[in-house]
Amino acid sequence: MAATTTAQAPADAQRAASRPVGLTILTVFTALMLLVATYMAFIYAPTERTMGAVQRIFYFHVGAAWAGALAFLVTAIAGVVYLITGKRSWDIVGHSSVEVGLALVTITLTSGPIWAQFAWGKPWTWDPKLTSAAVMWLSYAAYLMLRQGLDDPARRARFGAVYGIVAFASVIMTYFGVRFIEATIHPVVVGSSAGTGEGDFGLATRMVHAMVFSFITFTFVYATLLWHRIRLERLSDRVARLKAHFFSQSG
Amino acid sequence: MTLEAEKQRPAIHPAARRPTSLFRAAAAIVWKDLRAEWRSKETVSAMLVFALLAIMVFSFALEFDRTGREASSAGVLWATLVFAGTLGLGRSLGREKDQGCLDGLLLTPVDRSALYFGKLAGNFIFMGVVALILLPVMSVLFDVSFFRPLIVPALILGILGYAGVGTLIASMSIYTRGREVLLPILLLPIALSILIPAVRATRGLLEGIPFDELLVWFNMLAATNVIYIALAYMLFDFVVEE
Amino acid sequence: MIEARGVIKVFGLRPVLRGVTLTVGEGEFLTLFGPNGAGKTTFLRIVATISRPTGGQIAVAGLPLPARADAVRGLLGVVSHQPLLYGDLSAEENLRFYARMYNLRQPAERIREVLKAVGLHRRAADLVRTYSRGMQQRLAIARAILHDPPVLLLDEPYTGLDQDAAATLDEVLHEVATRGRTVLMTTHNISRGLGLAHRVAILSGGQIAYEAPRDGLDVVTFADTYAEVTGMAGVR
Repeated sequence: MAATTTAQAPADAQRAASRPVGLTILTVFTALMLLVATYMAFIYAPTERTMGAVQRIFYFHVGAAWAGALAFLVTAIAGVVYLITGKRSWDIVGHSSVEVGLALVTITLTSGPIWAQFAWGKPWTWDPKLTSAAVMWLSYAAYLMLRQGLDDPARRARFGAVYGIVAFASVIMTYFGVRFIEATIHPVVVGSSAGTGEGDFGLATRMVHAMVFSFITFTFVYATLLWHRIRLERLSDRVARLKAHFFSQSG
Repeated sequence: MTLEAEKQRPAIHPAARRPTSLFRAAAAIVWKDLRAEWRSKETVSAMLVFALLAIMVFSFALEFDRTGREASSAGVLWATLVFAGTLGLGRSLGREKDQGCLDGLLLTPVDRSALYFGKLAGNFIFMGVVALILLPVMSVLFDVSFFRPLIVPALILGILGYAGVGTLIASMSIYTRGREVLLPILLLPIALSILIPAVRATRGLLEGIPFDELLVWFNMLAATNVIYIALAYMLFDFVVEE
Repeated sequence: MIEARGVIKVFGLRPVLRGVTLTVGEGEFLTLFGPNGAGKTTFLRIVATISRPTGGQIAVAGLPLPARADAVRGLLGVVSHQPLLYGDLSAEENLRFYARMYNLRQPAERIREVLKAVGLHRRAADLVRTYSRGMQQRLAIARAILHDPPVLLLDEPYTGLDQDAAATLDEVLHEVATRGRTVLMTTHNISRGLGLAHRVAILSGGQIAYEAPRDGLDVVTFADTYAEVTGMAGVR
């Protein structure tokens, strides 16, 4: 029995360790999209009338924000599914999605102030969108700390799922909460209300193209990173399993 | 021998095998928490002293002048309550974990949500007591009268929502390494959505803004309460069940 | 009364129970021996409904777990190495709290009864944190039998007790707690564990490695068996 396991293990390990073809294709495709998105943001889209070149930050800023919010929505959904099914794979999805989402929101939170310094003359205001992005970042940093503080993997997964759900609800409510305080000065980039507010910069058609393309690109960036992260977690699970197996046999 | 022993056993209490109703079980937990607190006074006194210190720190750190004091008194009240509340929540749930009492509670034939509502009610009362003592103290120290009728629903809604989500979060943080550190980190970003309307409503009341204009904050407080407590009710089972 | 078939519990990747099959008949007292970390407490927690098995089947009084956990909880009394009592409440208040949680009728009468049975009726008004370890453990027994459960689970009840306290606890267990009840006790103390048992079993490496009726075992030979089965020497 020991012989078959050892014979099987290398072939098995090789199959698990080699990158799936789909992931390779997706990674290359996403990299190409990023190149095109960069081209569109810097060259294809015209320079904005009042703000000038700094407005180009927006294409990535908004794309990353969208993908970050999507990541946390995925975590909340994965949390619900995990609590119902108890399957480790959903825990991996939820956890991985938080890590990728945090990276994306970090892009938003660093690119935003750079733009704001030029547009508003100060890097930060307590605007609803800014506040909720910051709270979002903090909530999911807390999520990772919660997981880190727990030793039992089953409990880590359950608490992660619960906190992922509550944090998502809180981010939404914080957003609505701050929105009532004062009308947002944050420009509405997409949506019917474009054209009001001081940040209105009347997107030209090419700008719309660049923006939409950036949304799609960042969705792909998110999906690619998520897949990589999930695969990494699976592999580390596998290492732990092999280790446990090895040590249980050697005593 | 078995049969003989069986006969010797006193008759089983007829009610013993029936699950306890949610309300009765929650009430029993509240009674137990209040009784223990009445003995030791550890939690409320710690919360209260901490709250008074926080007020001191705020008033010196922000170097209030008269107008500044008035404008920020609602914020100071809520910030103080929230920090003191974190202390109380950590203590109340930590006590169950420390002596293994949580296992004792889980062994009883009661619905798990009874444990949640019982602990929530206890935490609500502790924070409420602290708030009731803080109001006159702050009225004197800040020279602002907090005694307005509508401040009561604002306080009730704010504290209930905070204790509601806090009880859920604290029942997770007690299982973690370094739980005292982790509780505020986990709770404060979540609690912000309660804090914002609570502060706004309170400030509006202190400034004498008519209720109609403040209604939006009260509505928001109520909505947050409903959402958080419903979520916690659904999720609490998953937190305590292994 | 307690039937476990192939119970598995895995913490992450670490299997603690690897298929425990054990039956405790009605009115029987079974002692489960095993070294620390063998999974005794884990197994007892599963029977006590506070932990879910990863695999296998388990039933108490014919009710499968965890599906009927609600119904099973009322049938169980548990004494663990922690007393599960509140230090800031008196003995009587602790029991009154649990009486409410178990929805007992006429709790005052029953509380007096069990306090007398464990010999603490004179200290009923004292705070539990002023109690000695032995007294706390006796009160824990009073708490466990308060609702007169047909099944009693004892998890290392002698932990932290000196000789005298352990002897007193033995007496209380024998006189009031275990009489007529189905009892499952875990311990690594061989002489205490053999004392009250009808049947013994050894849990080692996450499985039942040995099972025998109590009759015909004596402390010395059983200690040898135990050492042999668990691979540990000199644990008498």
